Amino acid sequence: MNEEAQPFEKIYRELEQSVQRLEEGDLPLAESLALFERCATLAEQCNALLDAAELHVRELTTRVDGSLAAQPFDSWQSE
Amino acid sequence: MPLSTVYTVSQVNGYLKALLGDDAFLADVWLSGEISNFKQAASGHCYFTLKDAGGCIRAVMWRTQAGSIRLPHDGDAVVAHGYISIYEQQGNYQLYVDRLQQDGTGWLWQEFQRLKEQLEAEGLFAAERKRPLPALPRRLGLATSAGAAALRDVLRTLATRFPMVDVLLAPTPVQGDEAPRGIVAALAALNRWSESQEPLDAIILARGGGSLEELKAFNDERVARAIAASHVPVISGIGHETDFSIADFVADWRASTPTGAALAAVPDARDLAGRVGELRARAAAQVSRDVGSARGELEHLRSKLARLAPGPQLARDRQRIDGLGRRADLAMRHRLRVLRDHVQGQQRLLAGLDPSAVLARGYALVSTSGGAVVTSRAQVQPGDAIRVRVADGSFDADVRA
Repeated sequence: MNEEAQPFEKIYRELEQSVQRLEEGDLPLAESLALFERCATLAEQCNALLDAAELHVRELTTRVDGSLAAQPFDSWQSE
Repeated sequence: MPLSTVYTVSQVNGYLKALLGDDAFLADVWLSGEISNFKQAASGHCYFTLKDAGGCIRAVMWRTQAGSIRLPHDGDAVVAHGYISIYEQQGNYQLYVDRLQQDGTGWLWQEFQRLKEQLEAEGLFAAERKRPLPALPRRLGLATSAGAAALRDVLRTLATRFPMVDVLLAPTPVQGDEAPRGIVAALAALNRWSESQEPLDAIILARGGGSLEELKAFNDERVARAIAASHVPVISGIGHETDFSIADFVADWRASTPTGAALAAVPDARDLAGRVGELRARAAAQVSRDVGSARGELEHLRSKLARLAPGPQLARDRQRIDGLGRRADLAMRHRLRVLRDHVQGQQRLLAGLDPSAVLARGYALVSTSGGAVVTSRAQVQPGDAIRVRVADGSFDADVRA
């Protein structure tokens, strides 16, 4: 039901699949090394996303004409 | 001047009070109803309203009676005993309560049961209807009161646990008479947004703990049907651990509190970081093994090659060959000598057998005219021509007799 996947998900799934291929074996050494390099890069990207994220909250409002709009909502962070 | 008697307010009130006071039924009555607007004054006296679907009665419980019981909350279904009289000061009638107890079979509870059975029969609670929650959600809807603690609880939990998720808040009152309509509208707006603007992975419907009256909206049929009709899966986080509302039964996932709903909606980023680390370690381990085995093969080949290489072996072989050569030489020479002796022997023999030597001794070689050597008397007849060879030449002759 969700067309647009979580960007983290795409990278994470590729990392999973690459490690699986690596472990399935029978790759020439040069390919193994290249695949490992890819895995290392993907892992770095995952960690960057995990570290950098800040919760993004918006409020849904109804305009005069009945259409919907989303506006930034920050008041929850202050006590 | 009117013909009827004109009475004072006090007189009328007094009349009513006496009238009620004389009524045996009203003097000693048990009622069941739902507590509402419960207040305990500084004096210790308790003032509240008892109500049901059709109406309500004001009530008062004096301090002395109130002191001996556990005080009820708004929404509690109770059974009360007392008498009904007029409170002249305010011109209303009241129930003067002397006993109060919880009523498990109050109308609110019955109403809850009725609706629950009806919706269950319609299949709204069926397990097959419940949709799974996505493992890595991109965007969540949130229907709750904008100012309440539940909102902060949910958002703080999300921010700590999985800040990568995007949140869309549809504020709505979550108690009071406007709550059911507000909740229905919030769910509808989030669904509309999900369909037309940005897809939502789930909606959290949240409300902090409270009494049955405060949580009433979540037992409302309209709210239940709106949850059932939602295209986006709904996670309910309503009240406390033990509160179960109709909304909880219809929702795709029930969490016991708003914080619980946030925990259910998203994975833990720390777990994910751990898994990323694990995956990377597995990849490194595998490559390490691959390099190790490739190196092993290389070593194996190298040693094989070393064994086959000329080097020292060649020197040894050369020595052997030299040795063999010398022996062969000697053998060869020996053989040659033997042959030479043999040949010389044969030559001497041959020399001995040379006709010239025999002829020199006086013998003659006789041959016919055809060239055949005569070795027998029978080969010739008188008159045949013969050739005679002697040591220094030959001559012709005829056979005489």
